[in-house]
Amino acid sequence: MTYNKPLPRLDTLNKPFWAAAKEGKLLLQHCPSCGDTRFPPGPVCPKCLAGDQDWIEASGKGTLESWIDMHRAYWDGFKDDLPYRVCLVRLEEGPVVVSNLTDKTENLRMGAPVKVMFDAVSEDLTLPKFSLV
Amino acid sequence: MYDLNELKDKIAVIGVGNTKYGNFPEIDDYGLAAHAFRNAVNDCGIDKNKVDGLLVSRIPYYARMGEVLGINPRWTITLPGHGRMSGMGIIEAAAAIASGQCDYAALLYANIGRSRRVNYGGDESPGTWDPWGFTSPGAAHAMAFRRHMEMYGTTTRQLAEVSVSIRYHACLNPDAVMRNPITIEDHESARFITAPLRLLDYCLINDGAVCLILTSKERAKDFAKPPVLISGWGAQDTYSPSSIANFDMDFWYPAISAAGKQAYEMAGVTHKDVDALMCYDNFSPTVLFSLEGLGFCGQGESGAFVEDGALSLGGRLPVNTDGGHLSNSYMQGWALNVEAVRQLRGECGARQIPDCEVVQYVQSTPCTRSIIYTRG
Repeated sequence: MTYNKPLPRLDTLNKPFWAAAKEGKLLLQHCPSCGDTRFPPGPVCPKCLAGDQDWIEASGKGTLESWIDMHRAYWDGFKDDLPYRVCLVRLEEGPVVVSNLTDKTENLRMGAPVKVMFDAVSEDLTLPKFSLV
Repeated sequence: MYDLNELKDKIAVIGVGNTKYGNFPEIDDYGLAAHAFRNAVNDCGIDKNKVDGLLVSRIPYYARMGEVLGINPRWTITLPGHGRMSGMGIIEAAAAIASGQCDYAALLYANIGRSRRVNYGGDESPGTWDPWGFTSPGAAHAMAFRRHMEMYGTTTRQLAEVSVSIRYHACLNPDAVMRNPITIEDHESARFITAPLRLLDYCLINDGAVCLILTSKERAKDFAKPPVLISGWGAQDTYSPSSIANFDMDFWYPAISAAGKQAYEMAGVTHKDVDALMCYDNFSPTVLFSLEGLGFCGQGESGAFVEDGALSLGGRLPVNTDGGHLSNSYMQGWALNVEAVRQLRGECGARQIPDCEVVQYVQSTPCTRSIIYTRG
């Protein structure tokens, strides 16, 4: 069966992130000049405007900042998953990212520790997702 | 150079107009805008050929708009169809008039999202987080409201008060799209769109258009209706995280506080002087965030503040007396500014606030703006 959910829009900046995800690594763009980290990546460091940005591997540890349950499918590929859970995670390194929380429990709280897991949703795409620790 | 505060009471709204609101597949953006323009022209009695400033938002091509209306202005500006553009546009037009770039500015907004079946999510608005299924402004506001619940103990029953009060106002407005009363129980039993938000936390999607005509306070005396003055405004943008669109970890509290402080200082009033708040209600939580940022209640206390119909006519602070985006019309802030003018003129019939003297508009968004209107 073909994968029918939206794919990442690959560009010159974000390719390393998605290639690393396939290898089970969570990357953050990193500024060698000032140490700032972020995702999604940008063409310059938003703190110091340095141009040459590189990548670091994140620990994959973070805390739950918020979560929602999507009861509407804006893409047909999500129809069979409704409701599905989207979470906001603050990574140990600082950046806040959006992902899916694999836990179905209603017993959640803000600040709960979470850890990345890698869901190979198709042959070509692995999505970093998060689970309660 | 001006100090911004010197522009207090220098610019007036002289004419306002709107179309009917609903589903109008037979008429396009230009047609809707033209009807709103004609209504605003008739409202103030201006010779339309005097209009020498044109601002369009969510209208494809400014030059075609000028052609349709038969005007050739000396100041033109186009803003995208984002809700936050209404506050920005009114401020830009006021500054253009103050600096002599035009004398009479017509501000036009048209939306045909209903008949074009706009969804505000999915492939219409591609984003970084699509692979995880995170899309739509509503989802971003749900994410923010969940944080508010966790941080401050705010409940969905408290959130319901926002939708219930604003629907009550729509029932008093003959032009509103949604005119059946709702209760807190109706809110709580409505279907989830993005939990914790339900259908009644979401704004409408409808067709319609709005026009405001602005000029200087001096010129405003020549027209049919008493002018309404722009007494103050404030602004603060928050551009990170823009990849998580329509979201701020702090509920835009710092930006709303800054914009509100600036607007109050310029107008020489405080939140205690405000007779009504016109609050950008794309989703009901935005109203809570706005009340906190502007200081109507403490940070985290908006849930308790809105209880027992506090936002209804006759309550502590009437909010969105026309029925807002939730129940009147999704005119992305523009219609709320029109309602501010009509309240100050005393034209609002069953929903009129007695002795209305100060009305505040606020949009709590990545481009937060607040405008304070007073009677001229």
